[in-house]
Amino acid sequence: MRMDLIQPFINAADAVFAESLQGPTKIGDLLMEEGAYHRKGVAALIVIKGDIEGRVILDLAPEVALKVAAILTGAEVTDSEQVVRETVCELANMVIGNSVTLLNDQGYRFKVFPPEIHMNDQGLAGSRDTEAMILAIETTCGNIYLNIAMHHLARRRRERDALPVSS
Amino acid sequence: MPQFAALLRKDNQPVRYLVVDDSVFARKNIIKMVQLFGGEIAGEAGDGLTAIAEYNRTKPDIVLMDITMPQMEGIEAVERIVRQYPEARIVMVSSVGYQENILAALQKGAKHFVQKPVKPEVLYEILRYVLSDDPALAGAPVALAGEHRS
Repeated sequence: MRMDLIQPFINAADAVFAESLQGPTKIGDLLMEEGAYHRKGVAALIVIKGDIEGRVILDLAPEVALKVAAILTGAEVTDSEQVVRETVCELANMVIGNSVTLLNDQGYRFKVFPPEIHMNDQGLAGSRDTEAMILAIETTCGNIYLNIAMHHLARRRRERDALPVSS
Repeated sequence: MPQFAALLRKDNQPVRYLVVDDSVFARKNIIKMVQLFGGEIAGEAGDGLTAIAEYNRTKPDIVLMDITMPQMEGIEAVERIVRQYPEARIVMVSSVGYQENILAALQKGAKHFVQKPVKPEVLYEILRYVLSDDPALAGAPVALAGEHRS
């Protein structure tokens, strides 16, 4: 797995958490893992297809999500599944949006699918037998985990670049 | 959060905003900021189609518009609103900030772009710029008690 594909996601997540949670962040140790992903809390799974393909999982405990929600809205929030889902979804959208911006400006073209939220005990389908990079980002609200599996499809990019430019 | 001088219309009335985003959290966050700037919420919408209906109904001074939304995306909504109301002042607010996206929005008639997560001081400066571009709306920022100008 190429670090230049992973790094934009890590940088974007770190910047998004620091800015939106208005506090310092610290990137923990990176580790590689193969096999199905075991969630720590509520997870958003985002699939990417195009010049690069793979998936990103953003994962946080419900109590962390509630603290995040209170900061994002600037108000007390009720402890509900809906609030937790929306919080994880919003964080995932911001992280992916910022990562996509960095990768797109480097010339990569791909489609990002809307986040799928996983809250039940089911494993994350599609992540089986996938080599992924896992890291925790420490925030003022608690740890937020990222699981990133991304591959570069050079052939597809070469094919696209070889197409004649229409006038 | 820092305090800001109120952005007012030329008639000293609060600037009226239409906030469009499919995320309730994002809307609440933006609303909190524009209220901090002395603004008033004319309406809210969670998709492009509703945004058009809300624009027709409320005729806001400024629209803050997300890009990626269900039913109708923000850029298409901008195009339709500007076609009907060429004077519309629309600022795109999105986490997806690559050049093609920004250019497409500007070509359809958006006035500016701000990337999420939104920094209040950045949004404030953009709103001040967009308002100053319209002589009918531009009013000098009015100091709030105890505030410091950013």
